[in-house]
Amino acid sequence: MGTSVFYFVAALSILFSLMVIFSKNPIHSILYLILTFFTFTVHYVLLNAQFLAVVNFIVYMGAIMVLFLFVLMLLNLNKENEPNKSALLKIVGVIAGCCLIVTLIGSLKSVSLNDPLVLRNPNLGLVKNLGKELFGPFMLPFELSSILLLSAMVGAVLLTKKEGNI
Amino acid sequence: MNNVVENLQGVPLSHYIWLSTIIFSIGVVGVLTRRNAIVIFMSVELMLNAVNLLLTAFSVHSNDPSGQVFVFFIMALAAAEVAVGLSIIVMVYRNTKSIDINVLNRLKW
Repeated sequence: MGTSVFYFVAALSILFSLMVIFSKNPIHSILYLILTFFTFTVHYVLLNAQFLAVVNFIVYMGAIMVLFLFVLMLLNLNKENEPNKSALLKIVGVIAGCCLIVTLIGSLKSVSLNDPLVLRNPNLGLVKNLGKELFGPFMLPFELSSILLLSAMVGAVLLTKKEGNI
Repeated sequence: MNNVVENLQGVPLSHYIWLSTIIFSIGVVGVLTRRNAIVIFMSVELMLNAVNLLLTAFSVHSNDPSGQVFVFFIMALAAAEVAVGLSIIVMVYRNTKSIDINVLNRLKW
């Protein structure tokens, strides 16, 4: 067993994220994105970050994905107005992405971070520990993020209103 | 739960960096190659998630809970961003009857 679970889940997340950007139908993209987020939840559980795993499950796979699916079904897209880029631009984009991977991995090769990741404090990512951190030193950013969410909600309502009613 | 998780650890930190790099680059490729605005948005979400995973891995590596708090803030930010961005897409679709981003090319100047 050992570390093979990580490599299996990592391969799955790379595969599903490739399917997100290469599938033709946007609905299929969203469904593959849900699977990708599920593999990320498994990664968080493997890192023993249980609070983040639950939040990722609820926020991303619940709220954001429902929002994406709802908007996509609201827009009533047909096959004929499915936009498509030319093949040359696609090839150029893929080559640029490969160059980015090679550059980042090549620059990180010189930094040797090969020591295995061991959890020294077993309750590092539990709710009790993170709650103490969140309501202690990070009190002000936590309250500011509530204002951010409120303003985003007001902005979304204002943007999608029909013109003339404002 | 803890015993199960401890048996599964021991992955080098560089492999987490490689995984996050690959998924971030997949997101960049998605932004560069697609013209559907919603798929571009989903690629941005992929990039945000790659960064989240890397922050969590470094937080476990340096035994510091601040990294996981930052991930929580990034998730709140992503929720706000998705709400505003999708409403902009709905408004664009209502005005142009399409979500092709090349319709918006006059925004360049």
